This record gives sequence, structure tokens and C-alpha cells, in this order.
Amino acid sequence: MDGEGRKEASFFDQKRRLPSPRGDTPLARLQRWWGGNGLLQILLLGGMLALLAFLGANIAQSMHRLGMAPDLGYLWRPAAFDISESLIPYQAGDLYARAILVGLLNTAKLAFFGCLLATLLGVSLGVLRLAGNPLLARLIEAYVEIVRNTPLTLQLFFWIALTHALPPVRQALQPLPGVFLSIRGVFLPWPAIEAGRLMLSWPVLHGFNIGGGVSLTPEFAAMLAGLTVYYSASISETVRSGIESVHAGQWEAARALGLARGRIVRLIVLPQAMRVITPLMTSSYLDLTKDTTLGILIGFTEVTAVIKTSANNTGNAVETILVLLAVFLSISLPVSWLINLYNQRLARRGVIAR
Amino acid sequence: MSGAVLHRRLFPRRAGGVPLLNAAISLAVIGGGVWAAIAFFRWGILDATWSGGAEACRAHGGACWAFVRANFKLMVFATYPSEMLWRPELGTVLILALMIASMVPRLWGKTLLAGWVLVPLADCLLLSGFPGPRLMSTNEWGGLPLTLLIWALAYASAFPVALVLALARRSKLGGVKTLATGVIELVRAMPMVVVLYVSSLIVPMALPFAEVNLFLSIEVALSLFIASYLAEVIRAGLQALPAGQDEAARALGLSYWQTTLLVVLPQALRNVIPPLVNLGIGILLSTPLVGFVGMIDFLTAVRLAAAQEQIWPGCYGEAYCFAGAIYFALCFASSRYSRWLERRIRPGAG
Repeated sequence: MDGEGRKEASFFDQKRRLPSPRGDTPLARLQRWWGGNGLLQILLLGGMLALLAFLGANIAQSMHRLGMAPDLGYLWRPAAFDISESLIPYQAGDLYARAILVGLLNTAKLAFFGCLLATLLGVSLGVLRLAGNPLLARLIEAYVEIVRNTPLTLQLFFWIALTHALPPVRQALQPLPGVFLSIRGVFLPWPAIEAGRLMLSWPVLHGFNIGGGVSLTPEFAAMLAGLTVYYSASISETVRSGIESVHAGQWEAARALGLARGRIVRLIVLPQAMRVITPLMTSSYLDLTKDTTLGILIGFTEVTAVIKTSANNTGNAVETILVLLAVFLSISLPVSWLINLYNQRLARRGVIAR
Repeated sequence: MSGAVLHRRLFPRRAGGVPLLNAAISLAVIGGGVWAAIAFFRWGILDATWSGGAEACRAHGGACWAFVRANFKLMVFATYPSEMLWRPELGTVLILALMIASMVPRLWGKTLLAGWVLVPLADCLLLSGFPGPRLMSTNEWGGLPLTLLIWALAYASAFPVALVLALARRSKLGGVKTLATGVIELVRAMPMVVVLYVSSLIVPMALPFAEVNLFLSIEVALSLFIASYLAEVIRAGLQALPAGQDEAARALGLSYWQTTLLVVLPQALRNVIPPLVNLGIGILLSTPLVGFVGMIDFLTAVRLAAAQEQIWPGCYGEAYCFAGAIYFALCFASSRYSRWLERRIRPGAG
């Protein structure tokens, strides 16, 4: 199978390098791309442009009527609102551009830790579901079904209601040593550099306050919990289907060659399973990043929330929307381009259909 | 291969260790399950209050199902007037009937297609109060009927757009192909919240002469949003079809459109019905986002009911259980159906 695959790959590579009969000048390539049916295509593209121009003109007119002038300069004017959590110093009066950067960093923070935790939980669940205990498998199946068949919005409302029902700091719950749950948020141990050495800083409860460690705001904790749980379900399904996609003959052949179990998994099964897992996992990460915008529903100040507040405060709605579109295009397009590239590479090797 | 075979391969039983671990895991699962079941049973049944007011609920301490009973109309139909409730009720029944009819392979055909066009439109008429003494504007619609209407209308109107986008993306004409790819990728790059927010602002500005209300803006945006995902599902079906089908039809002298409409699409669409169902589930589960731009959909109505802290303090758990159960019933049944269909279409897979 492996040798076959390689032969096929080199065959395809050879074929790709052959000059096409019509020549390979840029002009010929352009002609091939264009295809034919010139009139229809020009009409279609022209019609599309005309439609866009018409809508654009309408928008400009509406803005004019409402007394709004197109102006991206507002980004460099001071913003009058506060933001409840920020990775960089920020206060009311800083520039709108900085406020948006704060929102962007919050989005990035949530997306990063969400992907990390969802992967950890999802991979564990996916592997445990195949681990041979039928009861455990059914339990995980029930978890996956419940999580995937109720709206993420509902789950986020549940999590935020839960954080609001937590006790005040003085009576903070302590489910694990060093972990405090209170109405002011979640407090966790966190690595910190003290006196030049990397140490784990533990949160300590004194009176009305908790010091040390790291504190998560209730909104961030609810978003993180919601996204982690929701995406762990789909990631566990991805992992399961990836492992199950490897044909039984592969295991048997590897065992017949005398490979040990660990090496079978590492050398034979995982490389093949990853071909199924990688694109699905990447699109889960992308979806999770897009779903960080649901933070706006429960009061987490991610980038959409900041931009919406800016739009309300300045009246520059259309320009803020352009900023918003630019943000998400620059996140999504490179990732989907990478997924396409990966699939094309697999297709060229003859692993999946073109 | 079956799961059982795989389990043995991933974790082969060595003498002693694994059976013991397995037994321990089983015990832990049973113990945890029983504990959770008892806790839920006590909260939801034993200590629950089924009728009466908030005082009765506080006295019992368990779940306050009296809240659901008292607020049932508010949660399901939002503020729609009581004397006209037969309208949203009939509309909901029609859409549920359409969903069920779509699940019967024997009924797949032109009549069902007509149903998908007519039922959402009929539901719009019903909710609008036409013909009748009192007309209801779209921002007075709400609750579960609105959620189902938004879902059915957006899905049905996305379909033709998606067909065109999918065919265009596979076209041999570079301009058409690039245009379709651009639209699909642009829309798919956006989160739904952003699409809804942008449309609620931009659509009324872009069409100033038409009286565009929020409902229509949202439907337009959702339709385009769903179409770009739907197009990719349809494209996968087109890609999976053996090239021989296309070539044979062309060899018989059929034109591109004849080949596409008579040979390629019927087969390709039939093969992607399970992912179409899954996409439908996904859309239904994301409809609560329309609450963010000001529509009173089912989940928003439930949340408003739960927010009556003065009358019914702390009933969020009961309200969300109620909403969750309804979403779950709709979506779980559909996902089981899609799995069943998958096995029927491709025996041996999944």
C-alpha cells in the first residue's frame, strides 16, 4: 500500500511537470483559466459589479441623509468607554484603535485557551470512548449527544447563570486545592517569575480578597467553559472517526511485522488517522474562533463587542463594520487556504479523491 | 471495522491489569450515574413544585415547574395576542409536518419541493394575521413559531442560491468560478453574529426605497449565510459522483444543462441528504443568535420569562431545562434520522 502510494505520487508529479499541449505561457494559462463563453462571463461579472455599485451608492446616500461622513479617522480619537478586562493597559480616554486592539487580544486569549482545553478534553474523550469499556463509551456518547443537540447560546446562558450563582469571595468554593470559585470569578494557580525563578503562584484567600495566582472574570470563565465543552464534543467525534478510518488490515499487517503496540500507533495508525483528523480539527479551531463572538451575548468584551460599542458611540457604523470584516477575513482566509493546501497535497499523493 | 475490534487493538488485555481497571471504571461510571440520576430525580420530581406560585416553589426547594406552567404561553408564543394563538399554532404544526414529511424517502419529489416553497410563505401569512381584523407586524412575532419560521424560510430560500453557487464553483469558466469561490469563502469567513449585526445595519441602508424591516434583513443575511455552507455540501456531492455519469450523458448528446439537471444533480443531491439534515440541525441550533439583533425568538422569549426576578426569582435552571429539552428533541431525532439514512444510502458506512 505504502509503496504503491509512493509510485502513484511520483507518477502524478511527473504528469504535473509535463508541459500542457497548449503551452505554458502566462497568456495560455490565463486563457485556460478563463475557459470560454466570454460574453456570458463578462455580463455576469459586470452585472455583479453593477449590483455592488448600486448598493454602495445607496449606502453612501443613506449615510449622507443620516448625516454620517465616511471617516476611518475616528480610530485615532479617544474612546469614552471602559473595558472590564484587558491584557494591555487600557482606560477610558485611550484611542479607539487601542480599544479595538484590547478586544482583539481578548478574542485571541479566549480562542487560544478554548482551542487548547477543547483539544485536551476532546482527544481524551475520543480515545476513552474507544478504550473498551462499554459503560464509559455510552456515558461519553450521551455527553456528546446532549452537547451537540442543544444550542451553544443556551449553553453559554447556562454557564453565565452558573457563575452568577456562585458564592461571594469570602465563602468561595474550593473544589480543588488552589482553585477558588466565587461570584467575582475563577482563581487558579499560575506560573510566575519570583526572584528570578519560575514558580507556581497560588491564589490565597484573605478576608474579602483573593491574591496571587491568576483570576478569570466570570464572563471569561463562562465563555471558556462553554466553548471548551461544546467543541470537545465535536473534537472527540473527529478523533474517533479518524482512528476508526484506519483499516483493520493496517493493524494486523503491523502486528504481523512484529511491531510493538506503541510503535504501531505512532508509525502506522496515527499518520493515517491524522489525514482525516487534521482538516476537521483545523475547521473546529476556526469555528471556535468565530464563536468567540458569542461573548457579546453574555458580556465578554471581545472584538465584536468593542466594535459595536465604538459604532454606537461614534456613529461611524459602516467604517467600524469594515474593520470588523477585515479582522475576521484576516483570521479565516489564511486558515481555509491552509486546509485547501493540505487537502491538495493529500490528493496529489493519491490519498483522497481530487 | 467494529468498535470492539478496535478497542482490543488500542488497549489489548494484558494479564491482570486492564480487566481490573476496566471494572473500576465501570463501577465509577455506575456510581456517578446513579448519584447524578438520584440528584436530578430529587430536584426535578421529588422536591419539585408542579403548580401554584413562587411562594410554593420556595417552600419545596426543588425544581419550580410551576414557573414553566405559568409562563408556558410567554415562552412558546412570546407576546402574540391570546385570541389569535391558533395562527402561530397552525403555522408550527405546518412546519413540523413539513419536517416530518421530508424525512420519508417515498415522498421525495416535486410535491415536497412545492411544500418547502409554500409552507414557509403560508406561515408568514398566518403570523401576519392576514386575512383578519388585526394585522401583526413582524416585530410582534415571537417564540417557537418565529424560530421555526426563520429556520424554514432561510433554509428554503438558501437552496436555489446554494445550487447556483455550487455549480458555479465547479464551472470550467474562470470568471464564474472565481466569483462563486469568492462569495462562498467571504461569507464563510464571517461569524454568524457579525453577519447578523452587519445585515441589521447595512441592508436597510442599501435598500432605502424598500420598506426593509428587521425580519427581512435577517432573512436575507441568513439565506446568504446558509447558502455558502449549503453550496459546499452540494459541491461535495457533485465531487463524489463518478465522472462517468457526466461523460456518458454528454456522449448521449445532452447539453450541459440537461446533463446537470437530469443526470448529475438528482444523484448528487440524493447522496448528500444526510449532511443536508445535519446542516439543518446546525442552523436550528444557531437561530437563537437572532435574539442578539432584537428578534424575540424561542430562546430569547424563554430568557425574558426567566428574567422576571420579582415574580419568579431564580428560575433560570427550569427555564433553560425546558428550552433545552425542546431543542434537544427536535435535533436529536433529526440526527438519529440522518444516521439511519446514511446507512440506508451507503450500507457498510458509519
